[in-house]
Amino acid sequence: MLEILLLAFSLATIAHAELCSPGAQNAIKVRYTWDASEEYLFKAMVAFAMRRYSNKATTQISNVLLCCMTERVSFWFVVTDSSKNVTTVPGSEVEAAIRMNRNRINSAFLLTDHTLEFLKISTTLSPPVESTVPVWLVVFSVVLCLVIAGIFLLIVSGIRQRRKNNNDSAEYGDLEDQCGTQVTTENGIPCDILDLKSGHINGVYTADDERFTPL
Amino acid sequence: MEKSRPLWDNPLQFVFACISYAVGLGNVWRFPYLCQTYGGGGFLIPYIIMLIVEGMPLLYLELAVGQHMRQGSIGAWKIISPYLSGVGIASVVVSFFLSMYYNVINAWAFWYLFNSFQDPLPWANCPLNSNHTGYDEECAKTSSTQYFWYRKTLNISPSIDENGSIQWEQAVCLILAWLLVYLCILRGTESTGKVVYITASLPYVVLIIYLIRGLTLHGSVNGLIYMFTPKGSVSHSLALQLEQLANPKTWINAATQIFFSLGLGFGSLIAFASYNKPNNNCERHAIIVSLINSSTSIFASIVTFSIYGFKATFNYENCISKVILLLTNAFDLEEGAITADNLNSMKDYLTSVYPNEYAELLPQIKNCSLEAELDTAVQGTGLAFILYSEAIKNMEVPQLYSVLYFIMLLTLGIGSMLGNITAIITPLTDSKFLSTHLPKEAISGIVCFINCIIGLVFTTKAGNYWFNIFNDYAATLSLLLIVLVETIAVCYIYGLRRFEDDLHLMLGHKPNWYWKIMWAFASPVLIISLFIFYLTDYIHTGTLQYQAWDATQGQQVTKDYPSYALAVIGLLVAASTMCIPLGALITFVMKRLKRNVSTLE
Repeated sequence: MLEILLLAFSLATIAHAELCSPGAQNAIKVRYTWDASEEYLFKAMVAFAMRRYSNKATTQISNVLLCCMTERVSFWFVVTDSSKNVTTVPGSEVEAAIRMNRNRINSAFLLTDHTLEFLKISTTLSPPVESTVPVWLVVFSVVLCLVIAGIFLLIVSGIRQRRKNNNDSAEYGDLEDQCGTQVTTENGIPCDILDLKSGHINGVYTADDERFTPL
Repeated sequence: MEKSRPLWDNPLQFVFACISYAVGLGNVWRFPYLCQTYGGGGFLIPYIIMLIVEGMPLLYLELAVGQHMRQGSIGAWKIISPYLSGVGIASVVVSFFLSMYYNVINAWAFWYLFNSFQDPLPWANCPLNSNHTGYDEECAKTSSTQYFWYRKTLNISPSIDENGSIQWEQAVCLILAWLLVYLCILRGTESTGKVVYITASLPYVVLIIYLIRGLTLHGSVNGLIYMFTPKGSVSHSLALQLEQLANPKTWINAATQIFFSLGLGFGSLIAFASYNKPNNNCERHAIIVSLINSSTSIFASIVTFSIYGFKATFNYENCISKVILLLTNAFDLEEGAITADNLNSMKDYLTSVYPNEYAELLPQIKNCSLEAELDTAVQGTGLAFILYSEAIKNMEVPQLYSVLYFIMLLTLGIGSMLGNITAIITPLTDSKFLSTHLPKEAISGIVCFINCIIGLVFTTKAGNYWFNIFNDYAATLSLLLIVLVETIAVCYIYGLRRFEDDLHLMLGHKPNWYWKIMWAFASPVLIISLFIFYLTDYIHTGTLQYQAWDATQGQQVTKDYPSYALAVIGLLVAASTMCIPLGALITFVMKRLKRNVSTLE
């Protein structure tokens, strides 16, 4: 990954021959691994940015001067204005131009804000994507509905089962009242019902008159 | 027609229920910390010894009591001796306190789980400040994961005095957690029995996935090596590890961990066992459950330490690259001139060649140390929520691992909650008075509702401080006392011989001499020494202190508890421990009254 550092603008006055020098007025330092072609591309991108920003198609590649390349691949650059001889375009203008087209410049070198640094042009942090409804609320609502549905189902089935049990035992109770004392019961369930419910009557005990020992 | 007691569908449900109750968050977040602090591999020796001497016998005792008496904790102890009904009530009170605060952890797990469904994860980056020029101030001082925990999740206040308002996000997550618990216990063993299949097995699935992922991560080996070396030692020589064995704290912590990890004394094990068939082989189940619980702890600590190692190595390498970048930029060196290997020699070279510039740069150059990164070992909620989320955000497909991890935390937590709630509800449904007037669903619903309302306290801004109070003091001393009384009651009041005969009736064979010695001598002695140790520890430390989060500094500061917090702590401990003598006293008084009444007639 190529690291590029940015250099700060410097506002010192410069002589004509030293339009581009470290710390020169309106000069910006850049770092990158680099050969002549990359240098050419960089000059072209800066010229492009200046043209875009000021909307006048006068900035040429020759207007961009690079200097003081170090092995770290950092350098200073200035943009001259050919209409006004020998002066450099104000640093603030260059800064604004680059800021506007930062993305394009980064993409040209396949780098990012971190790896292609223009010192003094701080990166603007992109705000996080905010959806209208927070994601967690969506998932929460889904889970909540499932759980409430589950509780509801279990409670309803429980009530229904209990009602069925109550009805069955109420039936047995009614029969007992109707038939009077003659009805024989086995564990609280009338024997007739027991018979119907596939109960087995033990043959040993079917002698009617001997069923109950007289008191 | 007498209503028959509901039973587990098969013994497997019972074993799963016990496993899902015993294997909880403590296995994941407390054991790895203890393992590392007290000598790594060497800690396993006192741990296993304590398991055999203390864990298995006490677990067997509780299961046997529950299975034989076929009642919840209050009823079971009343049968053993009418003067001991206080023990059962104390268990229920402790379970009540535990369930109040424990479900808040599930609420947090839900919150993190729901927030895992986005890219990037919300705790991966710091949020921007109001004018978008930089990161939020508090977040910049600490890390994004800590910020997410302290600010976005807890929204913690600077001290326990400032109560703040209820955080609605946490409150709704808590309500959801309670609804889920209610859903699981609604039908008693019928529903609980099905749920424990999931809550017992799912954590293992996730742990295995994490084990594979963790061991294949870069730098995980560093964590594993660190785990097996005691703190402060340079090499992992055997002598140094064994030196830790001479430290009494090691043994005390091993005993405490076994004790609390198995969940003894809460009444949950008695409640679970009461739904067993009378001839269930609880001896075998006790051994199985305790062995599985301990091996899960060891397994979880391997996973945790490989994740630790990954996180520490990642941060260390980040730190190194930052230093390299700083030096390379400052001295305009060629790209790649400084690498991680030659960093130190390059530093010396630069100091000699450019002494002035290097001196200027010195405050910015951090000393990166892998040891220091690994030393940020934490336990508790810090480990589970901060550390793991930090490690997860650096993995590939972090959303998947995040979802898996928090589902695992949830199942662990819900599994333990089921045990706690069953411990409260079983005695209530056993009592004739309540079960005739209210159906089982209503009783469970009321218990969950009351717990939920009280639990909302823990969702306030100062809620985490109250949570820590409950976590540290609600159960510790009381449980030791409860289990001590239980053991003495069974061995000496009920009679060891009578208990032996009961076991013979249930299992078909009398217990081994080993069990009898453990019950009658070893375990009570051990518990008494633990009890004495904790009491002296509390008395020695004087004022109790807590860690408060300071937003301005971005780190924790130590503060003293105010007097009303100390009063609450005292109340917590007293509420459960006083039940035991009070219960005995009340029974004594009532018996006296009855005798007076009968002699009068």
